[in-house]
Amino acid sequence: MTNHWSDIQNADLVLIMGGNAAEAHPCGFKWVTEAKARNKARLVVVDPRFTRSASVADLYAPIRTGTDIAFLGGLINYLLENDKIQHEYVVNYTDVAFIVKEGFGFEDGLFNGYDADKRSYPDKTAWGYELDEDGFARVDKSLSHPRCVYNLLKQHYSRYTPEVVSNICGTPQDRMLQVWEAIAETSAPGKAMTVMYALGWTQHSTGSQMIRTGAMVQLLLGNIGMPGGGMNALRGHSNIQGLTDLGLLSNLLPGYLTLPLEAEQDYAAYIAKRTAKPLRPGQLSYWQHYEKFHVSLMKAWYGKNATAENNWGYDWLPKLDIPGYDVLKVFDMMYQGQVNGYFCQGFNPIASFPNKAKVSAALAKLKYLVIMDPLATETSEFWRNAGEYNDVDTAAIQTTVFRLPTSCFAEENGSLVNSGRWLQWHWKAAEPPGQAQTDVVIMGGLFHRLRELYRKEGGAYAEPLLNIDWAYRQPEEPTAEEIAQEYNGKALGDVFDLQSGAQLAKAGEQLSGFGLLRADGSTSCGCWIFSGSWTQAGNQMARRDNADPYGMGQTLGWAWSWPANRRILYNRASADPAGNPWNPEKKRLVWWDGGKWGGTDVPDFKVDSPPADGMNPFIMNPEGVARLFAIDKMNEGPFPEHYEPFETPIGRNPMHPDNPQAISNPAARVFKNDMELFGTAKEFPYAATTYRLTEHFHFWTKHCRLNAITQPEQFVEIGEVLANELGIKAGERVKVSSNRGYIKAVAVVTKRIKPLTVDGQTVHHIGIPLHWGFAGVARNGYLTNTLTPFVGDANTQTPEFKSFLVNVEKA
Amino acid sequence: MDMNRRQFFKVCGVGLGASSMAALGMAPPTAYAESIRHFKLTNTRETRNTCPYCSVGCGLILYSQGSGGKNVAQNIIHIEGDSDHPVNRGTLCPKGAGLLDFIHSPNRLTHPEVREAGSNEWKRIEWSEALDRIARLMKDDRDANFIERNDKGQTVNRWLSTGFLAASASSNEAGYITHKVVRSLGMLGFDNQARV
Repeated sequence: MTNHWSDIQNADLVLIMGGNAAEAHPCGFKWVTEAKARNKARLVVVDPRFTRSASVADLYAPIRTGTDIAFLGGLINYLLENDKIQHEYVVNYTDVAFIVKEGFGFEDGLFNGYDADKRSYPDKTAWGYELDEDGFARVDKSLSHPRCVYNLLKQHYSRYTPEVVSNICGTPQDRMLQVWEAIAETSAPGKAMTVMYALGWTQHSTGSQMIRTGAMVQLLLGNIGMPGGGMNALRGHSNIQGLTDLGLLSNLLPGYLTLPLEAEQDYAAYIAKRTAKPLRPGQLSYWQHYEKFHVSLMKAWYGKNATAENNWGYDWLPKLDIPGYDVLKVFDMMYQGQVNGYFCQGFNPIASFPNKAKVSAALAKLKYLVIMDPLATETSEFWRNAGEYNDVDTAAIQTTVFRLPTSCFAEENGSLVNSGRWLQWHWKAAEPPGQAQTDVVIMGGLFHRLRELYRKEGGAYAEPLLNIDWAYRQPEEPTAEEIAQEYNGKALGDVFDLQSGAQLAKAGEQLSGFGLLRADGSTSCGCWIFSGSWTQAGNQMARRDNADPYGMGQTLGWAWSWPANRRILYNRASADPAGNPWNPEKKRLVWWDGGKWGGTDVPDFKVDSPPADGMNPFIMNPEGVARLFAIDKMNEGPFPEHYEPFETPIGRNPMHPDNPQAISNPAARVFKNDMELFGTAKEFPYAATTYRLTEHFHFWTKHCRLNAITQPEQFVEIGEVLANELGIKAGERVKVSSNRGYIKAVAVVTKRIKPLTVDGQTVHHIGIPLHWGFAGVARNGYLTNTLTPFVGDANTQTPEFKSFLVNVEKA
Repeated sequence: MDMNRRQFFKVCGVGLGASSMAALGMAPPTAYAESIRHFKLTNTRETRNTCPYCSVGCGLILYSQGSGGKNVAQNIIHIEGDSDHPVNRGTLCPKGAGLLDFIHSPNRLTHPEVREAGSNEWKRIEWSEALDRIARLMKDDRDANFIERNDKGQTVNRWLSTGFLAASASSNEAGYITHKVVRSLGMLGFDNQARV
């Protein structure tokens, strides 16, 4: 979230799209209710199903799954055509005036530079700004240049007329226009809409661009950086925000630093490429400090062994030959027999990954599988024949499986990062059952054994392992407190102010924030964005002052929020260029007081930079402004375009009916044998989507008696019209099949799913809750990912769980 | 005299008789026990925690029983929302309200086990054996398949034949130490739940 849960109370309008907060995030949803009470805020819900969120909405619009870019693209067109943008914000704080290079183009569904064989855009050089002699981007503040972002944007979305959009989305035009009109009202300076989305946007082959389109709408309306505004990803698990912040992804290092590619053999060039120089005069371009963060990380991991002479251990970092070994890539490799060992730490991939048959066959090719979990997961027993739910030949599966019991939240100290970026400390209340251990002890145990083996026997490149800094008081069991202090960072030598020479920290002290990090090895910090969470003053994450002195819901004394305890990102944009809040009565966040920036939140800005100097609010971008034009950052192009899901119920992309290359995301990666497993509407006529229920959490709570009682048995939701057509009555068992397998479940026949008219056809949706499996105290059921396709978003590779095709028949 | 409260009144009839019997010292010592339940959270210890399910990060109070002595194990008997918490303000959803059954689920794992290749059962093993065997498998695979240089002779130092899925609800501290170890081994097939 750019904002946070209790800030939703400041919204004037709430858009829930690509999520169902009332069902999946109930205690956060209360802040929508609060916004209604405080601001007479309206709630707008756009979803294929009339969800629990929709049931309390002021306005609900149905939409076909996978068509959100069309809906939002139409909204962009509506805002531009009807002059409903926040002009002063857009002109000053976004890239509308920037001039795009000659050579950028878009034709028949494809941007320039497409390579159909590679299914990608290998040459993105034209997707950028024209630069002047000094290396600054050229701008035209009059917005008259034909290639300025404003005109390109206008041109691109002019095709998304209400007729075209309604034809793709199946949303009735009048309903759609009501929604657009309501949203457009928040273009008034000082009005804010918040966007609450979740995996209903992320889990599509175009998921990143859906989210991006939402962000573009928010920029045009001037809603980013505003209290009650922002782009708010409602993360699905209690600490995937934190684990992502800590870089536990194939291509990342902690704090959104990135691993080198194999071509980056030279350390200085690796740093230089990531040290973005300002693209406009007077801009901050905060990634200029990249090397300070990187060196401090290497000092935290390798201590004295990381030195200037060995480039701070640069060779010890693995180098990537492809953009990343994401889970789909790894399971495809496993399926090909190229992976021998695999670890699942609190993760249940056979339930969580698409095409269970492929995932199961892949696991069976492993030599060893290690499970670390508090619960008996399906993955740990993928070899067990559970009849119709997991029909495998146990004796033929030659994988050795180790199952290591771990503690759960109640049995350890530590911190989690919630969706609003708050790091909250928690305390152990009891011992874990039996011999269960913490993940920290298990990782430490493996580390010590491996280090010992390498010391004794030698072996492949052991340097990084032997050079790791493990100076914990009890090496077998580092405490959460020690580790937290390590990722916050400490002074290894005295740290001085670079300008005045004043001493900022003494050797050995905890650092107060990332401003003190140095690239000369005098500081260590395991995750620069977490710096400030455990200072000389102690554990900031454990703070419990819930006071709200300005009545803005920012509670700066509760826990600690990254970065720098800042609650709302880009909050400089909540004030106008002169430094005054757009809405001084109800939306006061930060402002210029004549000498410095301050206010009800920690300013996301250089606090002593006066408005007259013209530094812009988006300090992480070298431009200083937000990008409507994504330059070369997105794999399928700088502007989001509607593409159909890989399994489309209408078989063509109405935006580009004659170009087969532009039906589905042209830049999405599809593995060889998975393309053949996509189904067509002829055999599988219904659009399916998977989702959560409020009574369950993923595949965990079927192990919990109370939750199993409230939702004991697997079901699917079918609209009344389709159920009548198929002769299916409520309560009967049905078989739902895709081209990859089938599940059987009880039919819930509902008015909440209505047929939509799309491209001249009727499209029915099937709703498939995902909580059952073959382990637990609830009734056994089928893993829903038996049905889903093995393809991901072109940027994140997040699987397309929300749009695929099925057939339904009586079981 | 061994009688419960109901029998006592039966024997005495009601009213006056009862009080006179009581006056004779015949009242049962636990006369109130059946009608008034002890407040179950009396003498419990309160521990602040965070809900491990969705990302709202609701504050929790865990109530446990146990004397507080160093060698007395605590037993969590009740969980409530933390009313001081600025986001959830004491509330819990149907998921969070069932958390006690997660902690005490019959499907909690309690000891290390191994399923040998081709076998149809779990075999209980000691921690030391489990970790020794896993470390040996890791090292053998790493030594056999580690790539120090690519075809062009560039230093790449990567290990692709073993992968690691990190969690979704483990703490930052567990995640941080996991990353430190996994990356130092050269692993790239490394993701957390955020990927899906």
